[in-house]
Amino acid sequence: MSEQNTLYTVTIYTENNIGLLNRISGIFQRRHINVESINSSVSEIENVTKWIMVVNLSEVRMKKIIGQIEKQVEVIKAYYHTEAETIYQESCIFKMKSSLLFDGKQIQLIINENKAQIVTVEAEFFVIEKSGKKEEIDRLYRELSPFGIMQFTRAGRIAVTKDEMKISTLLQELQHH
Amino acid sequence: MNSNQILKNKPTSNTNRMKTTQTIQNKTQAQKSTQTTERISGSEAVIRCLLAEGVDILYGYPGGAIMPVYDELYKYQDQLHHVLTRHEQGATHAAQGYARISGKVGVCLATSGPGATNLITGIADAQIDSTPLVCITGQVGSHLLGSDAFQETDIVGISTPVTKWNHQVTKASQIPEVLAKAFYIARSGRPGPVLVDITKDAQFEEFDFSYKKCKTIRSYKPVPETNLNALLEAAELINNAKKPLVVWGQGVILGKAEAEFKAVIEKAGLPAAWTILGASAIPSTHPLNVGMVGMHGNYAPNVLTNECDVLIAIGMRFDDRVTGNLESYAKQAKVIHFDIDPAEIDKNVKTDVAVLGDSKDSLKNLLPLLNPNSHIEWHQKFKDLYALEYEKVIQDDLHPTKVGITMGEVLKEINIKTNGDAAIVSDVGQHQMITCRYANYNQSKSNITSGGLGTMGFALPAAIGAKMGAPDREVVAVIGDGGYQMTIQELGTIFQQQVPVKIVVLNNEFLGMVRQWQQLFFDKRYASTEMVNPDFVVIAKGYDIKAQKVVDRKDLKAAVNEMIDHDGPYFLEVRVEKEANVFPMIPTGASVSDMRLE
Repeated sequence: MSEQNTLYTVTIYTENNIGLLNRISGIFQRRHINVESINSSVSEIENVTKWIMVVNLSEVRMKKIIGQIEKQVEVIKAYYHTEAETIYQESCIFKMKSSLLFDGKQIQLIINENKAQIVTVEAEFFVIEKSGKKEEIDRLYRELSPFGIMQFTRAGRIAVTKDEMKISTLLQELQHH
Repeated sequence: MNSNQILKNKPTSNTNRMKTTQTIQNKTQAQKSTQTTERISGSEAVIRCLLAEGVDILYGYPGGAIMPVYDELYKYQDQLHHVLTRHEQGATHAAQGYARISGKVGVCLATSGPGATNLITGIADAQIDSTPLVCITGQVGSHLLGSDAFQETDIVGISTPVTKWNHQVTKASQIPEVLAKAFYIARSGRPGPVLVDITKDAQFEEFDFSYKKCKTIRSYKPVPETNLNALLEAAELINNAKKPLVVWGQGVILGKAEAEFKAVIEKAGLPAAWTILGASAIPSTHPLNVGMVGMHGNYAPNVLTNECDVLIAIGMRFDDRVTGNLESYAKQAKVIHFDIDPAEIDKNVKTDVAVLGDSKDSLKNLLPLLNPNSHIEWHQKFKDLYALEYEKVIQDDLHPTKVGITMGEVLKEINIKTNGDAAIVSDVGQHQMITCRYANYNQSKSNITSGGLGTMGFALPAAIGAKMGAPDREVVAVIGDGGYQMTIQELGTIFQQQVPVKIVVLNNEFLGMVRQWQQLFFDKRYASTEMVNPDFVVIAKGYDIKAQKVVDRKDLKAAVNEMIDHDGPYFLEVRVEKEANVFPMIPTGASVSDMRLE
């Protein structure tokens, strides 16, 4: 198993419980592992929460951490996947000065080339939204930077796996247990 | 007052309310209703849940936010014996001692804020040593949560990393379900501590009470399924092994698998060594018992860990104090790991065959797959190395020729007097290593010590709980002068409850283990390890506990005999050699096979 660091997407199915964020983040914190992004949402199953976390570590450590996560009473199942094994999206929004829209066509060009969208235009500012791969968002950020970004927010990664996750079957088994 | 009367205090009478319940139950049974309900307060519900879970003793300390529960305890005192410790930490350790000796769940009760935070050390200790505890804390009223109210602390947040599970209750109606879950989680699978925090308004609130034991939680699988192929592979490795070595841990005791374990090692002729928490699962004198592994364990099992061809780990977790340097730990061996906790597999030592599951079932299923064997030559190696250890270390520990009393000879006298039938509770440090090395155990659950966390101050309160959990057993606490003073106030609990524990303080006027390290690794710079101690005998007598001090070897045997023969609590201080070291020793970072005998 590789000792080299890889960017892993961690998927965790849990009960919807108040203290779980603390419990799961503690597992990473204790081991000095930086969480690149974290997203918690409803899942495809009713009353089951789905967490997507992105972490950079070796597979050896990743496996051990999955074990520690699954050990938590309210965790139903945890998985880890490489980038190639998932389809994922990240999204972000930029707040820019409205005047930029009227000073030539450069901004419009960047927005079109990056397949980004203008969400709203106000008197003072306008907002650009972009969803895509990590690199695409990085590129848009680089290109917009020289114009002065008033605010920038990036959301946690959301992902689905190419292979089936047998979580529904698992849950059914658990319920009939 | 006769202490045994208190300890064996059994419920005698029913309250009127209980009769009412009975009537209601009879009625509803007639009506074929599914469950009975009764309108009671949240705090009474707490007590009723405890009774439904079979709790008859609990340890705690009252305070503002838990007062409604204490008020109910007052009404139920004929059914639930509450032991007022002198500090909440003492309550947790007492509950641990109770749990470790009885196999039942230990229960603690504390108030919010400092009461709750004082539980943390014991909870952390229980977590790392897999001890089932249910800790119930009072919390400020829910309308005050987050307002920095008096004695408010985020105990759920604080206890998260050291609990198997925890939960805050803000509505009385949640109490039965949450407590049922708490007991189920604490005792099932790999046991551990849980904490339930109950706001004061939820304790006062009335609701329709009914109780249903928790039998399953959909996200929680306490016992993983055993893979039959893994079991077959394990059996094949063991059958083909020329130099097998078993290292067992507390998993054998927690899984109540002592008989199955003994059958397995006897059939296959496997030399078996134990981790500190595995001690007493089979008798000390069993011919296949080759001693303790780890930093201050026995020489043979440590050295031969790096010579065995198959290492069979059963219900243990390859703690760093057991393995020494992992880079040179059993690299030549195939490793089989039996464990109930999948997260332990490959955590520290790469396993060739992992057998998940309950130790009792796994070992029962393993037995018929094994070929009878005796490994006579291999056993001889253990005997040879034991002879070397005896000559270099054990002889001087048990039969010293120098003037000062050794810790080892105190243990020897305890062994002789108790015939190895006592449960020995030890604290943390040099005396703990000596105790675990030399104490004789005839029956399981006889070694109660703080293994993983190394909590000084554990032994005195743990001995209280142990005696209450097994009133018919002799309980001897062996404690150093440092650890003793960390929870010395629990003498008050012993006095008030008249708990007939025997307390032996091995006094070397040093924090001995730290001093030993300072001597060996810090050029004898004894920074803050020398202790100027009070007169311990006077202190014990202040609590009306019979006490004496031994300074000369010639008085030791008689003193130990008097202590064990005494009907009631007894305190014995033994002045031991000040600067003695515990050997053998695997220095930190060294390999198990580089264990030093001197």
